[in-house]
This record gives sequence, C-alpha cells and structure tokens, in this order.
Amino acid sequence: MAHAAVMRPPAPAEPGAGVYNAKLGMWVFLGSEVMFFTALIGSYIILRFGNEQYWAQPAQILNVPITAFNTFWLICSSVTMVKAFAAAQDGNQKALRGWLVATVVIGAMFVGIQAYEYAQLIHLGFLPSGYRAGSELAEAAAAGTPYHGSALPASVSLYGATFYTMTGFHGFHVTMGVICMAFVTWKAFRGSYTATDHRGVEVIGLYWHFVDLVWIILFTIVYLI
Amino acid sequence: MEQTEHAKHPPYVGIFAALAVLTALELGVAFFENWPKRVIILVLVFLAIWKALLVALYYMHLRFEPNRLRILALAPLPLAVILVIAVITEYVW
Repeated sequence: MAHAAVMRPPAPAEPGAGVYNAKLGMWVFLGSEVMFFTALIGSYIILRFGNEQYWAQPAQILNVPITAFNTFWLICSSVTMVKAFAAAQDGNQKALRGWLVATVVIGAMFVGIQAYEYAQLIHLGFLPSGYRAGSELAEAAAAGTPYHGSALPASVSLYGATFYTMTGFHGFHVTMGVICMAFVTWKAFRGSYTATDHRGVEVIGLYWHFVDLVWIILFTIVYLI
Repeated sequence: MEQTEHAKHPPYVGIFAALAVLTALELGVAFFENWPKRVIILVLVFLAIWKALLVALYYMHLRFEPNRLRILALAPLPLAVILVIAVITEYVW
C-alpha cells in the first residue's frame, strides 16, 4: 500500500480564539459590519466635504433634540442589555427576563422615534431625492430666505440620499436586533439560559452593543458636525 | 461559559452615566459658537471615539477577552482606513 506510507496522524485540535464558536462567529460578522459601515460613513464624509454647498447645517433641517433623546435612549438599551447579561451570569432568571424585555421595548421605541423623525422630515419636504416640490423647504430654498439661521442649499439630493441611506441602514440593523432580541427573550422565558450556559444572551448582546456603537459615530457625523 | 459563579461585574451603570454625560457634552460643544468649526469637529470626533471605546471595552467586554479575540476585533480597523484612503484617492484624482 504505497499511499499508507505517507499517511500522517490528524493535526491536533487548535485552541482558536479561545472562545466558543457562536461568539467567534459573531465577532467575525461584526468585523464585516465594520467594513460595511465604514464604506457608508467614508463615502458620506468624502461626498460632504467635497460638496459643502449642497449640505445644509444639520440643525437647519434635522430635528437634533429628538435625535439626541433617541441617542440617549439607545444608550439606555445598551445598559439594560448588559444588565441582562450580568443577570444571566448570576443565574438570576427574573432579572434576566426583566432586563431583556426592557431592551426589546427600548429598541422598538428607538425604531418608532426614527420612523416619526422620517415622517416629520418628509412632511417638511426633505426626501432621499432632495426637496419635495412645493414643500416648505423647497420654497425657502428657492426664495433664498434664511431658514433656521441661514439660507438653504439650492439642492440637497446628495445630502438626502446619504442621510437616508446611512440612518436607514442603521435603523434596519436595530429592527433586526429587536426581532432577534424578542426571540432571545422568548427563550429566556422558557428557561433556556442558565448561569453556566447563556451564550445566546451574550451573542445578541454583542450585536446590540455594536449597533449602539455605530449610532454613536453616526449621530456625531450626521447630526452634530 | 467562562463564568459559572456570581461574578464581580464591571461598573455598567457608571459607564452608562459616563456615556450620558459625554452625549450631553457633545450637544453642548456642537452648538458652542465661540470655537472655530475645525476645533468643534475635532472635539466631537474625540468624544465619539471615547464613547465608542467605552462601549467596546466594557459593554462588549473586549477589555476582559483573550488577546486573540481582541486582535480579531481590531483587524477590520486598518482595512477600514485603507478603504477610506482608497475612496479619497478616487475622489481627488
């Protein structure tokens, strides 16, 4: 048997990253998400600073106070999530369920407030394609009259497209997070997580905190700068 | 799981308070009219990075993870910089 002579024993198992597979998989996924959001944010920065004349000051069109409240709200959801994880580590089922429910509710409210913000902006005349013809914003831009401090740009199609793309994709991520979190919460009510095995809570928590982290960057770049 | 007994948890509520204060500070800086725009942008970016680090280190527990996982988590950052530089060169030239 010629080929038997070259056979070697299988390689020993490698320790990998030292964490369980689902957690490793989530981190790899989050790595790809970093690239995804970098592409969006990088494009936004380059388009914006190369076309300043087509960008309104954030507070001119966007509702910064309500978004600031929403940012605070998302931070609240991060602390409820991490408290749920701590409760799972301690084996405190009641606290785990309570914190998870709070996270789902706060996350859903974030999406609701964002939907309200979009409805308000669309009513005002700020669309992904630019001004809506005949809207308050379109008329103010055409007349060149000051609007919340200074004149509006002649066109905001680039601004509208990038704004809705970035915040929309983030909102989509939050929505998916809320759905997955609701599933984890349902499992928590069924007693699936214990002090010795609460991987589902940790993995969804990583995703949730990442979504919060991305919003921290987006809020600064889109709403404050 | 790594921890099976009641663990001493990081100061999660303290981190939350820090994030809330930093967010309030961001709002104050963003509408502070006495500073040049460039200074305001630099301060805002600094505060955003500070907040992001707090979330990544404490809420995502990177501070307590093995080094190999930290490297994995940081791996996309150089790639992200390369991506942004590539887009900038495309725009400039």
